[in-house]
Amino acid sequence: MTDSAAGRTPKRTPLYDEHVAAGARMIEFAGFAMPVEYSGIIAEHKTVRSAAGLFDLSHMGEFSVSGPGAAAFMEWAVTNKVANMKEGQARYAVICKPDGGIVDDVVVYRRADDFLIVANAANIEKDVAWLDYLRRSWPGEGGPPVNPEDVVIRDLSDETALIAIQGPRSEAVLARLTGADLSAVRPFRFVEDRVAGHRALISRTGYTGEDGFELYIAPEAAVPLWRALLEAGGPDGLVPVGLGARDTLRLEMRFPLYGNDIDETTTPLEAGLDFVVKFDKEGFVGKEALERQRDQGVPRRLVGFKLEGRGIPRQGYPLFAGGREVGRVTSGSMSPSLGEPVGMGYVEAACAEPGTLLEMEMRGRRIPARVVEGRFVER
Amino acid sequence: MYPEDLRYTKEHEWVRLENGRARVGITYYAQDELGDVVFVDLPRVGTNVQAGEAFAAVESVKAVSDVYAPVSGRIVEVNEELADRPELINEDPYGRGWIAVIEMDNPAEADELLDAAQYKALIEE
Repeated sequence: MTDSAAGRTPKRTPLYDEHVAAGARMIEFAGFAMPVEYSGIIAEHKTVRSAAGLFDLSHMGEFSVSGPGAAAFMEWAVTNKVANMKEGQARYAVICKPDGGIVDDVVVYRRADDFLIVANAANIEKDVAWLDYLRRSWPGEGGPPVNPEDVVIRDLSDETALIAIQGPRSEAVLARLTGADLSAVRPFRFVEDRVAGHRALISRTGYTGEDGFELYIAPEAAVPLWRALLEAGGPDGLVPVGLGARDTLRLEMRFPLYGNDIDETTTPLEAGLDFVVKFDKEGFVGKEALERQRDQGVPRRLVGFKLEGRGIPRQGYPLFAGGREVGRVTSGSMSPSLGEPVGMGYVEAACAEPGTLLEMEMRGRRIPARVVEGRFVER
Repeated sequence: MYPEDLRYTKEHEWVRLENGRARVGITYYAQDELGDVVFVDLPRVGTNVQAGEAFAAVESVKAVSDVYAPVSGRIVEVNEELADRPELINEDPYGRGWIAVIEMDNPAEADELLDAAQYKALIEE
């Protein structure tokens, strides 16, 4: 799967022509031709924080897990508790390998007849292969306490489009197009209803730190719904937003990005995702390794930091403390909300305390940086 | 978008020749490709640079782009205004968005640079 980017024509989402017609700058991301910006990343970012933005996230993966063994299988496959979810609930979770490394971070939706897993686009094939491998494994060989025949995994990625509306005006805009009672849909809850006449799973979730909704729809509904939303939201300032602002929005919230801040070499404990690791569960893939790490202490932690000199943190830049290299930057940018350079990176656990002074090496120079607690921007 | 009185490089710098000195910036095309510029890493005045050497960096929200010296010489001036207003590179790439002035070692080096028509042909390829 290392060849996914090279030599293949990027896939197009159903909204590709809309993006091109709107003058978006298109890039290849996770094998898809995606809009990185329309009017400019900073303007789009600020519009999401102050009004609302519309995102095409149709590249993301969706898998259905159903069958009589689905709940027990899911409980085994992810670190968070999902078997106790009620229909209409969604929950953030991590899929780990037995060594605690992160296969993917996902949102799990409990529907009437199945669990819907929403996954990172770059991980679709890997996740399906991993989940199917788990399904076929028996207890004792690392598999779930479930008969493989009792679990059905289906990849719905190609038959699912995803549009997100994010920002404080989202509910008001969406309410004009649906009869669903959106005020009753609390964060991490969803309903299935119609939007502008199209069937949609309407979920109060997102990756921006703002209030907003994600709409899972059929591919043929994508263009009419995209247009209807832009028209309905025009008076509120709704604009299309690309992946560039999606990245700065999530960075300000310190949401990790798979491939940057988390991957198979990092564990959820190192990444500060302890809240989705439920050690009181009977068993799940990675439990023993993560218990060991919890008991022995994590060797490194993902921290947020602000530069105290001029520069911009970028993935891979070394981080130093007391003149010694103690880690690397995993994500960084100029925060459009703060106008300050912010970053995330792994550092040795002893250097992870908020207030710790680090130095970041940028083009041969060391720039002071301070570990900060929590989100860069409060919402 | 590509003034006739400037010279250009294949790496998308522009040069304005001013009595043996070269004022340098990045072209309209370069800033448009980068998007919102949020940081300019300026060289120090007094530094000697060789033609083709990365002597400054322009960073947008998403990307870092090196700026290469179009000619050899000594940096005699840098645009300090960019420290607080890096967006000038987007707003006025050939004016207030200039980056540095190089005192040329060999003014004949400027003859090697592209003219506006050649540069336009290059980016339209």
